[in-house]
Amino acid sequence: MEILIAICIGLLYAAGIFLILRRSLVRLILGLILLGNGANLLIFLLGRITKGKPPIIPDSAQTIADVYADPIPQALILTAIVISFGLQAFAIILVKRAYREVNTDDLDQMNTHEQ
Amino acid sequence: MLLAVLLPFLLAIFLVIPFRKYESLVARTVWIVPAGIFSFFLQTYLSGNTGITGKASLSQIIPYSLQWNLDGLSLLFVLMISGIGTLIFIYAAAYMKGHPYRIRLMGFLSLFMGAMLGLVLSDHVMNLFLFWELTSISSFFLIGFNNEEKASRQSALKALIVTGGGGLILFGGLMLLGQIASTYSINEMIALRGNIVADPFYPVIMVLIILGAATKSAQFPFHFWLPGAMKAPTPVSAYLHSATMVKAGVYLLARFTPVIGGTELWQYTLIALGGITMLYAAFHALLRTDLKGILAYSTISALGMMVFLIGIGTEASLLAVGMFILVHALYKAALFLITGIIDHETGSRDITKLRGLRKVMWPVALAGVLAAISNAGIPPSLGFMGKDLIYESTLHHIFQPIWLTSAVVITNIMLLIAGFNAGWRPFSGNLPSAFSKVHLPEKSMWVPPLLLAVLGLGFGIIPSVIESPLMQDIVMSLHGVSWAGHLALWHGFNTVLLLSGITIVTGIALYFALPQSSKIAAKITGLTALSPENIWTKIALGFNFLAIKITAVLQNGFLRLYILIILAFVGSLLAYKLANQIYFTIDYSYLSPVTVYEAIIVGILIVSILFTVFSTSRLVAVASMGVVGMAICMIFVFYSAPDLAMTQFTIDTLTVVLFVLVLYRLPKFIKLTFAIRHIRDAVVSIGFGTLIALLAMEVLDNQPDRTVSKFYGDNSYVLAKGKNIVNVIIVDFRGADTLVEIIVLSIAAIGVFSLLKLRIRQSQKIE
Repeated sequence: MEILIAICIGLLYAAGIFLILRRSLVRLILGLILLGNGANLLIFLLGRITKGKPPIIPDSAQTIADVYADPIPQALILTAIVISFGLQAFAIILVKRAYREVNTDDLDQMNTHEQ
Repeated sequence: MLLAVLLPFLLAIFLVIPFRKYESLVARTVWIVPAGIFSFFLQTYLSGNTGITGKASLSQIIPYSLQWNLDGLSLLFVLMISGIGTLIFIYAAAYMKGHPYRIRLMGFLSLFMGAMLGLVLSDHVMNLFLFWELTSISSFFLIGFNNEEKASRQSALKALIVTGGGGLILFGGLMLLGQIASTYSINEMIALRGNIVADPFYPVIMVLIILGAATKSAQFPFHFWLPGAMKAPTPVSAYLHSATMVKAGVYLLARFTPVIGGTELWQYTLIALGGITMLYAAFHALLRTDLKGILAYSTISALGMMVFLIGIGTEASLLAVGMFILVHALYKAALFLITGIIDHETGSRDITKLRGLRKVMWPVALAGVLAAISNAGIPPSLGFMGKDLIYESTLHHIFQPIWLTSAVVITNIMLLIAGFNAGWRPFSGNLPSAFSKVHLPEKSMWVPPLLLAVLGLGFGIIPSVIESPLMQDIVMSLHGVSWAGHLALWHGFNTVLLLSGITIVTGIALYFALPQSSKIAAKITGLTALSPENIWTKIALGFNFLAIKITAVLQNGFLRLYILIILAFVGSLLAYKLANQIYFTIDYSYLSPVTVYEAIIVGILIVSILFTVFSTSRLVAVASMGVVGMAICMIFVFYSAPDLAMTQFTIDTLTVVLFVLVLYRLPKFIKLTFAIRHIRDAVVSIGFGTLIALLAMEVLDNQPDRTVSKFYGDNSYVLAKGKNIVNVIIVDFRGADTLVEIIVLSIAAIGVFSLLKLRIRQSQKIE
């Protein structure tokens, strides 16, 4: 399964980068989201994946004695997901507003060629 | 000693003050400072206190100490720097009379003098380097002193780039040397010479140090900055470009002779470098008609000869170097000062026009003749003795005495002619009517050159003044063995005397035989395309052009191209590293087995990623993006991350909703990019994605360190009374981080809100 996830991460990165390199702003945001997902999954995988052992202390105990999933990557990813939502929401609204003002979502047309 | 070096710097700072009506008084008395330094060192010399080494801590605050070393070589230089410096200050005060920035020039001169003194007194190589760079910088200001002239600025820049670039090269050499010797003190390095010379890095060090010296001392092919530097006011040329700064390179080579010298490589490199320079520049000196041009090229030639002699490296040749440095400084500074007087009084420096000036300025003419005699090596001048020693050392060279001697003889003949052209020709013949009103300048201008020229003669008649201990100490510090010989004018009839005779007779004959015209000079201008200066300028322009091109490509204003370049670069670095170190020994026993539903989820994930990328419909793309998020959410569910799954689910849904809400206001996807760019981007992104996947697999091969996780597992209930460890980390252990995160989210929310509410008036819109 780890191999499969690693392949998925690679695919997410590739797709994200490919979309970021496009001229359309909407695609750029989609690319950012995919790239973020890829990064989250990468952190998750590198913390090693464990099946069916969530990092939750049983009611009857004070500490976990058993093997359990690493909580640190999870905490990290949780933060990352929330922050990336902030970024995405802002970016989506920004694109919307920018489109209303300049009537294009083509990055090249937004460029001012002053030089 | 510290005071002697610091004094010029303090003076330079003092001269920044605007003096207004005391300007003249200050300018005319400032020479007292170098004179004081000169008398201090002279007194040291006379009392026989040479060979002083010492340390001087600057202060308690700056934990930096200067290591001094005052041996014969340093002493020769400090006496020249402060002695000639005194005369230059006196001269400059008169020469620059009425110039609004006279004091500023003196400030720069003073700065330079301090740097030069520090350079020749430093024992620590990094101190030496520091002062070395300071001389480059102060000479930049001095050459570009007439900063309103474009040519002047260009020359200054050229000199700075060549000498400063050489300085950097030298820095590399000194660093390496210090690393190998594990000391930065030159005195300590001398004892380690055997190790240094045997080190595999020795040739590198040697080449770097020689390059540093060659740029400073204007050796071929770096000589071109020196004629350009003649744009400086004449006192500056006399001081920097004849007596002191250009000799810094020679000083450096001499100073390092006991450390890295003496090998065959060193000998041949220096003999070739110096030999080419002295012949090339002496020939050029004959072709010049501008007085300063003649002096500049003959100086380059003389410097070449010094390098050449250091290359030979025998006791006689090192003594000859010491002698020649002194002789050359005396007569060349005198000639420069004379040129300055001629230029100042007649407004011309063209030797085809200047004639008969002896009739209006006889003391200057006397100085000119004496300097030319010393330059020519006619007895009883000091120059004669210098030439004798040079011939003596080439004649006794073990490998190629004939060739070396003839090179030196030819150079000397040409230099003799150049010296007479500069020192005698303007004063000979009949005075043209145009110059009949020319008069003798004030005393403070003609006394310094006359004094220098007379000294050149006087030392020749009474050589014992400089023989012991100055010349003996120089030989001692360069060669390591004390020298017991004596300086004398007369050695009896021998080959050396014959060579001197040949030089003088041929030189004087040719002086009268050769026509002086600007026609010859005009002929060689056709060859300037091949000159090092021209090639250098081309390279500099090429760099400029390249920089413009690179900027146009890299900084083109297209953000995604920046990303592309960064990714391609990082990707190739990563690929290089991985290609060398990847092992691919995945231990399958560690891995989790793939169940059917997991396989299905992964399949959905892959398909939806492809849909997001390739769909032409925005709605499909956004929806597939949502599916990607959901699939990842499922992976979190399978692999024990319930909190992540919940958050991912919420956020993903919110994002899709938000997207769809604004989507209908946005334009449709249009096919904007060309196919070839698609392919290029695809190659980069797939390559990078592959690298990340490989990296992930490679990391999986190593077992992680779980101590921190274990801490949280053990303590989240005990310390924070929470059973869900992830939650406890976020709200308790890393609570402050979460607080900041909330702030970031709030800022984003404020941003979103204000973007939605923002009303831009038509007039403010960007067209």
